[in-house]
Amino acid sequence: MPVLETANGAEWRLRNQREALTRWAAWLVGVVIFLWCWARISDATTWFFVWDAPRIAGDILDRATPPRWSYMDNLWLPIWDTLNIATLGTIGALILAVPVAFLAARNTTPSALFVRPIALLIIVSTRSINSLIWALLLIAIIGPGVFAGIIAIAIRSIGFCAKLLYEAIEEIDQTQVEAITATGASRWQVMVYGIVPQIMPAFAGISVFRWDINIRESTVLGLVGAGGIGLQLQASLNTLAWPQVSLILLVILAAVVLSEWVSAKVRGAII
Amino acid sequence: MLRLDALTKTYKTGDQALKAVTVDVPPGQVIALIGPSGAGKSTLIRCINRLVEPTSGSVMLEDINLTSLKPGALRRERRRMGMIFQEYALVERLTVMENVLSGRLGYVGFWRSVTRRFPQKDVDEAFRLLDRVGLLHMADKRADQLSGGQRQRVGICRALIQDPALLLVDEPTASLDPKTSRQIMRLICELCAERGLAAIINIHDVALAQMFVARVIGLRFGEVVYDGGPDGLTPDKLTEIYGEEDWEATIEKVDDDADTTIEAAE
Repeated sequence: MPVLETANGAEWRLRNQREALTRWAAWLVGVVIFLWCWARISDATTWFFVWDAPRIAGDILDRATPPRWSYMDNLWLPIWDTLNIATLGTIGALILAVPVAFLAARNTTPSALFVRPIALLIIVSTRSINSLIWALLLIAIIGPGVFAGIIAIAIRSIGFCAKLLYEAIEEIDQTQVEAITATGASRWQVMVYGIVPQIMPAFAGISVFRWDINIRESTVLGLVGAGGIGLQLQASLNTLAWPQVSLILLVILAAVVLSEWVSAKVRGAII
Repeated sequence: MLRLDALTKTYKTGDQALKAVTVDVPPGQVIALIGPSGAGKSTLIRCINRLVEPTSGSVMLEDINLTSLKPGALRRERRRMGMIFQEYALVERLTVMENVLSGRLGYVGFWRSVTRRFPQKDVDEAFRLLDRVGLLHMADKRADQLSGGQRQRVGICRALIQDPALLLVDEPTASLDPKTSRQIMRLICELCAERGLAAIINIHDVALAQMFVARVIGLRFGEVVYDGGPDGLTPDKLTEIYGEEDWEATIEKVDDDADTTIEAAE
């Protein structure tokens, strides 16, 4: 008991002696495990390379500056491709995610026993595989290029969008749905009047958020040959053209900042 | 006009919300349904238009047995039953006009309702109703910009534009202040009288019920324990419905209220 009866009245502590000892022992075990792991990692590291790292990094930085600005002429098209991959991929994902979300939400699914698990499986499976891996698979299937990138982004985003959307659907105010049902409206009318207005803000927020993420993801898709600015990055890295690499990184940074700004504006406008 | 026969509802949890409730509602009669929380008032109202599926018993609207209808036929019958809710249940992000017109959804095809192209007759009627409840100038406002009393008026318009034969009213005043509560109750009762509508009104406030309706049904643990005029609600009867409490104050308050109403009317 944390409350101790002493001669001077009741004394209160957060934990009794036994709990305090248990916690102390748990901390001891934790620290020992940490130190042991530390030693293992240390043994497996070639410390020469680590000590050397600052010099090498400095060397690369040295070679990478100043960026080769003239290379920009070769980057306009790839960055445009990248933006298109992200935008079209997001639109495609949303078109597929909306029905999946309605099938997955507990209050709109036609069958909680059969349809809902399938919808949840789609959500989990598309979410759990990285877009780079989707791109690799799709390049094997439909060949390299922008189209493979779009599909990769779209598939990867279905799960994300559908999951957030079905959670929004499950959180709607059910009495508004009841009220529309009570007027004698059909199932689809109930959806359009009772449910859709309630999830519109969530839908808009999710779309812009995912588009923002997809801009980042699509910048690396080129690494595996799925179009966009990553292709140039790959080529420049392979030829150790560091000034080009630094320019590409700057362009990617600019694109990401731009998308952040747009999505912040749009979300501000919705709320 | 409406007849509930041995209507019973047992929830999955085993709670028996309604135990063989039998009520006969003649055309044009407004009934107040009183009873403690959990007595089954909301369940009773929702069993009539089958927002809650009754377990057994029947609901006859004129000569149609609502309990045995298939989904399509049920939707057609729901158009004849307007419903008004406690928390208004307006679609918050739609405009007042869209909310009122949503009462016509049962009569309008899917694509017309998506594109909001309601027949001009319905739009005229919506304007007329909004004018009747004093909200014509609010038609273009979004529902979440309105105050509680205004929202409930929109809720009333939505129910009336269905051109119903029966109003189901679930705690219309529970979220409103005392003055607005009376205005809303008065409005509902006036509109029922104007259109010869029958209504079942769930209400917590016994005094308010006594003020406005001609017939009161008391529900306790899913059973009808009182059915009669508002004057018959003696302390003994209220004790039977709600349990032991000093009821003199409540009943006295009724008299005061009645006086003030008359004064206000004069």
